[in-house]
Amino acid sequence: MLNIRNLHVKLEEEDKQILKGVNLTVDAGRVHAIMGPNGSGKSTLSYVLAGRDGYEVTEGSATLEGEELLGMEPEERAAAGLFLAFQYPVEIPGVGNMTFLRTALNAQRKARGEEELSAGDFLKVVREKAKRLKIDAEMLKRPVNVGFSGGEKKRNEILQMAMLEPRMCILDETDSGLDVDAMKLVADGVNALRDAGRAFLVITHYQRLLDHIAPDVVHIMADGRIVKTGGPELALEVEKNGYADILAGAL
Amino acid sequence: MSLPQAKADALSARIAGLGFAAEGWLGSARSQALQRLTGMGLPGKRDEYWRYTDPTDLIVPAAPQAALFDMSDEPMAFDGIDRLKLVFVDGVFDAAASDDPALAGVEITRLGQVPDLHWARELYGVLEARGQAPVPRPLATLNTAFATEGLLIRVTGKAAKPVNLIYLHESETSDAILHHCVKVEAGAELTLLENGPAAARFNKVLEVEVADGARFHHIRTQGRDHQRRAVTHVFARLGCESLFKSFTLTANGVLTRNEVVLELAGDDGMAHVAGAAVGDGAFHHDDTVFVTHAAERCESRQVFKKVLKNGAVGVFQGKILVKPGAQKTDGYQISQSLLLDEDSQFLAKPELEIYADDVKCSHGSTSGAIDETALFYLRSRGVPRREATSLLVLAFLAEAIAEIEDEAIAEDIRQRLEGWLTRHEG
Repeated sequence: MLNIRNLHVKLEEEDKQILKGVNLTVDAGRVHAIMGPNGSGKSTLSYVLAGRDGYEVTEGSATLEGEELLGMEPEERAAAGLFLAFQYPVEIPGVGNMTFLRTALNAQRKARGEEELSAGDFLKVVREKAKRLKIDAEMLKRPVNVGFSGGEKKRNEILQMAMLEPRMCILDETDSGLDVDAMKLVADGVNALRDAGRAFLVITHYQRLLDHIAPDVVHIMADGRIVKTGGPELALEVEKNGYADILAGAL
Repeated sequence: MSLPQAKADALSARIAGLGFAAEGWLGSARSQALQRLTGMGLPGKRDEYWRYTDPTDLIVPAAPQAALFDMSDEPMAFDGIDRLKLVFVDGVFDAAASDDPALAGVEITRLGQVPDLHWARELYGVLEARGQAPVPRPLATLNTAFATEGLLIRVTGKAAKPVNLIYLHESETSDAILHHCVKVEAGAELTLLENGPAAARFNKVLEVEVADGARFHHIRTQGRDHQRRAVTHVFARLGCESLFKSFTLTANGVLTRNEVVLELAGDDGMAHVAGAAVGDGAFHHDDTVFVTHAAERCESRQVFKKVLKNGAVGVFQGKILVKPGAQKTDGYQISQSLLLDEDSQFLAKPELEIYADDVKCSHGSTSGAIDETALFYLRSRGVPRREATSLLVLAFLAEAIAEIEDEAIAEDIRQRLEGWLTRHEG
């Protein structure tokens, strides 16, 4: 599904290398987690994959089902099936949440040569999916993320994911700022989307999210590289001993 | 006090070619206006009130030539709204192109064709004259003295449908001066729509009396004719528990100065004035607003949003004056610009002047570029850049459009803006 080879990325504005040769393969149907200390490059990796400005790829490639992502516009990556759940979902005053969801969904369908969803069909689908995430009608009517609590924003990200049905989902610190109940709700939303044709890359500082979204593979990232890869037990080791031991062992 | 020679000369030159009818009450209103005008002279570049807008094109004797602009690529504004259409061509009323002006709840007569004892004598030039302090507005006074046409609209009940004044432009050198008076009597209600390029140069005054408990809605579109020069004034006085709402969409145009002068004269009145302006090129839009709170518990809102690119200039001068005794006033003013490139400019002068101690007044003014983070967020969900930009621009303008109560009219305005954005993308 996702294949990252020797990815080197620096900040566009300054001569600072953030990613220094990331190699990662995520197969369909699998959940991979990336853990690592602050500043290790986890969020940069997610932004670069989604196509955010401000980064320069100096070397390497990233393909989604064989298609090179790195030259694509962000909207083309989305249409190709990539989705990034933001660590800090953006507030957009003046744009209704429903309008946003419908515009996004139809833009992707159009880009893929599919028919746009009618207003009625859209409404039916969105209501059903929103209900599962305990997102009420009022929240759907409000401007995108404006006045949403931290938990509501993250649930809204998962709702977008559920509506857009991407093949490759990247969750960037989706657990940050969530209490246990909110985290469980978000995790349930993610788990409901798990299937054989879809893959997840879950970026997190802490093991606790992985209690709810069980990963198949865990990677430890440090200083712009993936330094260790293992099973779920690796996350438990981090939780118990911190990163210092693992990093020392890896280097 | 006599005028400086240069100002006196400029005034003589400007009014030399203008006709002056002086009969009956209208004649005396005109004479008085001419007298006032002679005392103030025309605006000059050095006048503080014209600091951000060069009035030259508005005061030179002949209207600068303006090419006709083909706008047939989109329906005329308010096309889908059931309304009474009254058409002016280059400032001349066109009865043949207009609907029969009979409308339940409304009496409409033409300026100059009214009996001597007419309600409009209490209004024509009266609100304009009241609006001359503390800042002179000589182009409005010139209008009172020399208007060639106009409509006198008296509303006695709830108007059966909106009245739409349509201004067509067919001559490249037309210089139109129109003066309308609207009296919305106690408890009555009218929606007034205005649209069309009007003339090469257009000077229009609208005086509105909104009596106790009356409601007046005003929605107009100006543009997209590039070479338009227009100066418009709205003078309104509001009675107790009355409502006044005015929204203007301005698109392109070399020079547009819209002044709105409101007086909340009765307790519990509500006055909202809003504008959305979009400019792409060497265009200049100036909104100058003066709201006076002279009664208790009134609410006023000024919401002005401008989207500018390729050298367009936006100006906002807005003032809230709260007079002594106007307690519990709720005044709000916001002016914002979205600059789509670095060549465009927004000049704002927000002012508050408060002489009562129990009031709530706020104002804000901002200028900024499109929010790149929001743009990326939308694009990351699959919305193409162009569409995402349009969404964000419309979102920026939404607060101004929200001042239009009628949803069908608001939708008409939104579609016009979407059309403009599509034509001016990139």
